[in-house]
Amino acid sequence: MTSVLIESVTDRFPDAVSASHAYRGDQTVVVRPEFLLEIARFLKEDPALQMNLLVDVTAVDYSAFGKGPAPAFFASSGVAVKPSSQIQDEDPWPGPPEKIRFTVVYHFYSIQHKHRLRLVIPVEETEAALDSLTTLWAAADWLEREVWDMYGIRFNGHPNLKRILMYEEFEGYPLRKDYPVNKRQPLIGPVN
Amino acid sequence: MQNNPSFLTTRLDKAIGWAQKYSIFQYPFVTACCGMEYMATACSHYDVDRFGAGLPRFSPRQADVLFVVGTISHKMAPVLNRIYDQMADPKWVVAFGVCTCTGGFYDNYATVMGIDTIIPVDVYIPGCPPRPEMVLDGLMKLQDKIQDHRVNGRRSEPEPRPEVFEV
Repeated sequence: MTSVLIESVTDRFPDAVSASHAYRGDQTVVVRPEFLLEIARFLKEDPALQMNLLVDVTAVDYSAFGKGPAPAFFASSGVAVKPSSQIQDEDPWPGPPEKIRFTVVYHFYSIQHKHRLRLVIPVEETEAALDSLTTLWAAADWLEREVWDMYGIRFNGHPNLKRILMYEEFEGYPLRKDYPVNKRQPLIGPVN
Repeated sequence: MQNNPSFLTTRLDKAIGWAQKYSIFQYPFVTACCGMEYMATACSHYDVDRFGAGLPRFSPRQADVLFVVGTISHKMAPVLNRIYDQMADPKWVVAFGVCTCTGGFYDNYATVMGIDTIIPVDVYIPGCPPRPEMVLDGLMKLQDKIQDHRVNGRRSEPEPRPEVFEV
């Protein structure tokens, strides 16, 4: 019963869904980029789904994933870094996408049905671009700008795709793993 | 008094300094969580009004002490610089909280490593956030500076910082 949403998306778009997983009611579908707009419209307009709230859009850079030891902060803090063995994970996470640098992650919520679904789209490093969801959810405007600002992933059809957190003079994308975390580009004052 | 012709003017400078240090009009440049502690200091428990600093002015042109409260990002740095330039002399700057003093624990792409890389600072109040007692202590140190600034010339220059920091 926990994967009703996954099933409804998979039934409707059998070619689009490349993977899915669910853990304690958190359902995730991994879909191909070319189907994004179609699936998003389906999620929003299907009466059984009615995902009328776009909660968040973010991205993950997997280029450094698994290549270094886990940060000590997580290992020693007691925060579960993997699912608890006490609770059966029937549909586990299949791991990061292979040979794909980014994934863009959408979180949808239905206020009527009180259910949520996570949509994961793998994105290539070269020509990193997706369709914009601003035509469906106005909330996508700033969220996509943030993803563009931090990761350099373009959104085709976005009405105003410019940096939102950093300044226009900033070069590079600070949340990419190849951006040095403390490389500063001051507008005024010394570089330190 | 007749032997010392500057006696009257130094007395006058002291009197003016005394008046100025108890009529601080501050401009709170509040950007982050330190603002809560700043408000706690301003409220009746700690009562910053005892020091004559109870009236924040929300225009830099009416203020003479710039309280920089909270993390300053590089995007914000030109704004802070402009606010400082808009204030009329004599003016003082207080760095409130460790982020404004040194950048604090932010060693990243976005944060200014201490506002003294942009504008001169008179009093540093470290802490994350500083306790109101520390703020009042810093305020009293600032008052000492204001008291004497006419007698001993301009305020002391801020400490020079190296051009490039090794991080």
